[in-house]
Amino acid sequence: MIHVSGLRKVYGNGVVALDGVDLDVREGEIFGVLGQSGAGKSTLLRCVNLLERPTAGTVTVDGRELTTLGQAELRRARQGIGMIHQHFALLSSRTVAGNVAFPLEVAGVPRTRRAARVRELLELVGLADKASARPAQLSGGQKQRVGIARALAAGPKVLLSDEATSALDPGTTQSILALLKRLNAELGLTIMLITHEMHVIKAICDSVAIMRDGRIAEAGTVAELVARPGSLLTREIFPLPEPAPSGTVTLTFAGRADEPVISGLVRRFEVDVNVLGGSLEELGGRTVGRLRVRLDGGDRAGALAYLRGRGVLVEEAGPEEISAESAGGTGTAEPIEAAGVVEEAR
Amino acid sequence: MNADELMPALGQATGETVQMVFWSALLTLILGLPLGVLLVIADRGGLVPVPPVKALLGGVVNVGRSLPFIVLMVAILPFTRLVTGTTIGTVAAIVPLTLGAVPFYARLVETALRGVDREVVEAAQAMGASRLRVIGRVMLPEALPGLVAGLTVTIVALIGYSAMAGAIGGGGLGDLAIRYGYQRFDTAVMVVTVVLLVVVVQVVQSVGDLVARRLSHK
Repeated sequence: MIHVSGLRKVYGNGVVALDGVDLDVREGEIFGVLGQSGAGKSTLLRCVNLLERPTAGTVTVDGRELTTLGQAELRRARQGIGMIHQHFALLSSRTVAGNVAFPLEVAGVPRTRRAARVRELLELVGLADKASARPAQLSGGQKQRVGIARALAAGPKVLLSDEATSALDPGTTQSILALLKRLNAELGLTIMLITHEMHVIKAICDSVAIMRDGRIAEAGTVAELVARPGSLLTREIFPLPEPAPSGTVTLTFAGRADEPVISGLVRRFEVDVNVLGGSLEELGGRTVGRLRVRLDGGDRAGALAYLRGRGVLVEEAGPEEISAESAGGTGTAEPIEAAGVVEEAR
Repeated sequence: MNADELMPALGQATGETVQMVFWSALLTLILGLPLGVLLVIADRGGLVPVPPVKALLGGVVNVGRSLPFIVLMVAILPFTRLVTGTTIGTVAAIVPLTLGAVPFYARLVETALRGVDREVVEAAQAMGASRLRVIGRVMLPEALPGLVAGLTVTIVALIGYSAMAGAIGGGGLGDLAIRYGYQRFDTAVMVVTVVLLVVVVQVVQSVGDLVARRLSHK
């Protein structure tokens, strides 16, 4: 639905915001772009509807290559791409209904049909009673709902979300994310969102691209990336101290975290399992977990083979990593210091 | 000047002041508003960025702003004659008043428009709105309270300038105060005209504030 190829953006002051980005957003999916501020994700999103003109590369949305369109054609194409903003970007001079009507005016919808469509949209986002209120009278979550209703007014197939929940409190964020998920499911809306918050990715994204320094460092479906050894996404969702201390094993359970794998391990191979740290997450309806353990005694090789056989992703820490760590470290012998990690009892 | 003479004189002077200020304010609005819009959209990062145009207009505005009104008024006498056919009288005074107020108001318009949230302007562009629509349906309505407040300040300044316009035979309250109150030592006329000017300015400012507040939904 959105196809970005070879995208580069160099600003006048020589700053390279995008350094060759290729990206595919499939129809009907929620695609998250995750990155720190300055990673280029905002520039990327703004290039998708050409608010920002890329220096090089092409952007195709719904089969139309936007980068080749003239002004008038681009304006028409933009009517098919909704956008929501971090600070809502509502017109303070208009009522809620007036804001939602704006894109309909742009699209040339006659006044009589506008009113009905506005009512329908406000009902969709649960704000039918606020039609004549001013944006200033609304809470942040309500403002974003108006923003969403407005973005959907012209019936777009694609919704771009520019940090839409970053200015909201956690509870409101959840309700806005739930609304986006519902619109995605009910309307078949393709959503491309950018965020610096992992929980947004975890909550609603089917696919994710992680951006660093103007490039895509990693991209794929969430399920795919979680099952990929050493993926950045897994490391960020399940933060464990890196690099792993020598002799430890990091296990990633993709969708099998509810099976008694560890106790089976202990019984069959007579190894001592020390859990050093770990966490569980619900991702796309599946329970995924990551666990760092130390295995001592018994049939260690057999145990690891058994784990692999059960579909567990096994990553063994090599001995060279510990030397690198102690060389660069402060000299303390404590390998694990991060909060939330269970210390090994000696 | 006794009371029988004072009342009609005051009435006439007030009428002249209102006439001068009303017409010059209207012309200032018509000319200053587009000029202010141009200053914003032609700037780097604006809707239609043409930095040389912005620099040129900004320069012209600065020249207009730096001339003391009384100098401007005398300096443009030939132009005034060209436009109105005369250099004295209320109508002739409208020309320098307008030329003095346009750059002033244009700067106030520029400031008000720059106060419009950039994200809101971009949101409208992202919805496929044309530049004309962005200016007319987004920037100007969003800046309306500031535009009204700016116009109020401009009208008050015009009332002040109009007293100076009296010096080229423009008439009005300021002229009355100078000719009778100052030159003929008629304290009563001076006091009455000063009070009247204060009242007029107060009324204009209060109405302007009220309208601006009503329009603001921030």
